Amino acid sequence: MSLTSIDWLIMGVYFVFVLGIGVALKRYMKTSTDFFLAGRSIPAWICGLAFLSANLGAQEVIGMAACGAKYGIATSHFYWIGAVPAMVFVGIFMMPFYYGSKARSVPEYLRMRFDEKTRGLNAISFAVMTIFSSGISMYAMAKLIQVLHVFDVPFQKMELPQGMIFHVSIVLSALIVLGYIFLGGLTSAIYNEVLQFFLIVAGFLPLVYLGLKNVGGWPGLKASLPPAYSHSWQGMTHANTNPLGVEVFGLAMGLGFVLSFGYWCTNYLVVQRAMAADSMSAARRTPLIAAVPKILFPILVILPGLIAVALPTQAPTSLQAANGTVIVQQATGRGIIPAKIDEASGQVKLDSTGKPVLDYDLAIPNMLLHYYPTGLLGLGLTALLASFMSGMAGNVTAFNTVWTYDIYQSYINKHASDEHYLWMGRMATVFGVALSIAAAYAATRFNNIMDFLQLVFAFVNAPLFATFLLGMFWKRTTGHGAFTGLLSGMLAAALHHGVTLPAGADTGIKGGWLGIAHTYPSEMAQNFWTAIWAWSVCFVVTILISVVTKPHKEEEMVGLVYSLTKKPSEKHLPWYQRPAYLGIAVLALALSLNIIFR
Amino acid sequence: MGMDIRLPIGLMFSVLGVLLTVFGAFSRREIYRVSLGINMNLAWGLVLLAFGVVMLLFVYAANKSERLHETKAASEVARSKE
Repeated sequence: MSLTSIDWLIMGVYFVFVLGIGVALKRYMKTSTDFFLAGRSIPAWICGLAFLSANLGAQEVIGMAACGAKYGIATSHFYWIGAVPAMVFVGIFMMPFYYGSKARSVPEYLRMRFDEKTRGLNAISFAVMTIFSSGISMYAMAKLIQVLHVFDVPFQKMELPQGMIFHVSIVLSALIVLGYIFLGGLTSAIYNEVLQFFLIVAGFLPLVYLGLKNVGGWPGLKASLPPAYSHSWQGMTHANTNPLGVEVFGLAMGLGFVLSFGYWCTNYLVVQRAMAADSMSAARRTPLIAAVPKILFPILVILPGLIAVALPTQAPTSLQAANGTVIVQQATGRGIIPAKIDEASGQVKLDSTGKPVLDYDLAIPNMLLHYYPTGLLGLGLTALLASFMSGMAGNVTAFNTVWTYDIYQSYINKHASDEHYLWMGRMATVFGVALSIAAAYAATRFNNIMDFLQLVFAFVNAPLFATFLLGMFWKRTTGHGAFTGLLSGMLAAALHHGVTLPAGADTGIKGGWLGIAHTYPSEMAQNFWTAIWAWSVCFVVTILISVVTKPHKEEEMVGLVYSLTKKPSEKHLPWYQRPAYLGIAVLALALSLNIIFR
Repeated sequence: MGMDIRLPIGLMFSVLGVLLTVFGAFSRREIYRVSLGINMNLAWGLVLLAFGVVMLLFVYAANKSERLHETKAASEVARSKE
């Protein structure tokens, strides 16, 4: 990649603003509530965009484009079946308890509703998870900077060894994220997420325009792809007749219900953004406002993936590094997506059937290189970096809050001054970022350790939504029930993973380590079913244990459980601000898109 | 919270818009071979600039109405004293 001064200038302008926001907000950080919850003073539209943007990390932008290239428009199920109904549910039904209970975090809600052990389990697993997620983002970003040769020329000019690029990328991104969160806390993270949201749209929209124009618009794109690629519901009645390898029930229950609701309704990373809102109705509108751009995001992230495979496949070429050596033998790929190269041997990686393994993660980066002239390329690359940083920053702000309120204040130092907790929040930001760096390096050393951890977190997360659903809507649910249910749900997820395997995979990290009882057509199907099992076991066990244990006192659960809480009145609001109407409009939009692209 | 977020958004997009527009106006034609012959720097730079300016206008309007409120409140206080 050859960048010119205009590209560097654009990138520089962005980073000046990112840090400038932190500096400008520093003087408003007076109490711990200012730092961790943005003083509960943010208007709904800003919270909404931040809610969306905190999730708009690299896994989202790079990953969804990769998915689009691999599976076609069926990837939109992650949006129109997955995210959107869950976002509507959390806004309308769950936010009254999150915001109304004045809990400062999701684990704190669990303590108020259930007991200390349930909170502890959630707080500690969540804190560990945020560190690793942020580390993975950091690692992926440094790797991408290396692969795209972003810093090659400047490093050569400064006579620094090329081997330093990876380390410098990690340290630089860590320092920037640390800088603006340390100064301005959650407000700074939220403001930057909104800035990043607009930048990501500005950086990728021209890509969609140029790509579509090039392939002859949507009709042209459809004509140059297999039919299953442009119809999201084709062949969904059976797992073997569609590219995802999932049938309707697995899709609706696994993705549409357990996984999406588990993520959007219980993950503090996103819920924290709504808790920062300035009023109950703003908190409820936050996920609903976020759902509108979410519905349209497939245009921005899935379409470039589709275009990348629709373009004519290039003859094998070699890319030249700035110092003149040939680095990548672009072997038989698909469209502009190259095959994966084995780092050790320099040969193309082949799967068990002898076909080359394609590196779908390069869909977006290669599209940028394919269509963007210098200038716009700087903007596109900055947008890509911004998406990595918003993923990192979201995790770091969630970590420093859960650490300070749910671990430090609860178990280590109970009665300190507010000033002390504000200081602890800043310190938590520093060691949160430091631990993320350690996690990023762990990923370079043991590639499998990250796969393994992500798997463990999938086990931890899958049953959680059952706990919340029962906790919020069934007053008989008890703390012992919730805790036992959660643990058995995790265990069920691990067991299910241990006895199943996706087709063509080796036993081990992919499953089957206890013997193979069932083979799924794809890894995605296995993931969905693991989640379904975990959720169901947690649901049933929580009910069984709750029934035989002592119920909580009703007066202790006012504001925490649906049947004991006064419904928030929205009568004073104009119709377009009422959560129920907004929710219906958002669902109708998602439904119509499902019908149009069926 | 203290700062209107539309201010940094407006400022940043105006600056980026001006940078891309000016660069697009003076750049050689050959670099646009990749973007199907379209001078995307100029076109997109103008769009970003327009977006930035609209955001800044919002900030200006919000400040103005706030000042109007303040003077109104102040004059009401003065009147009630009389």
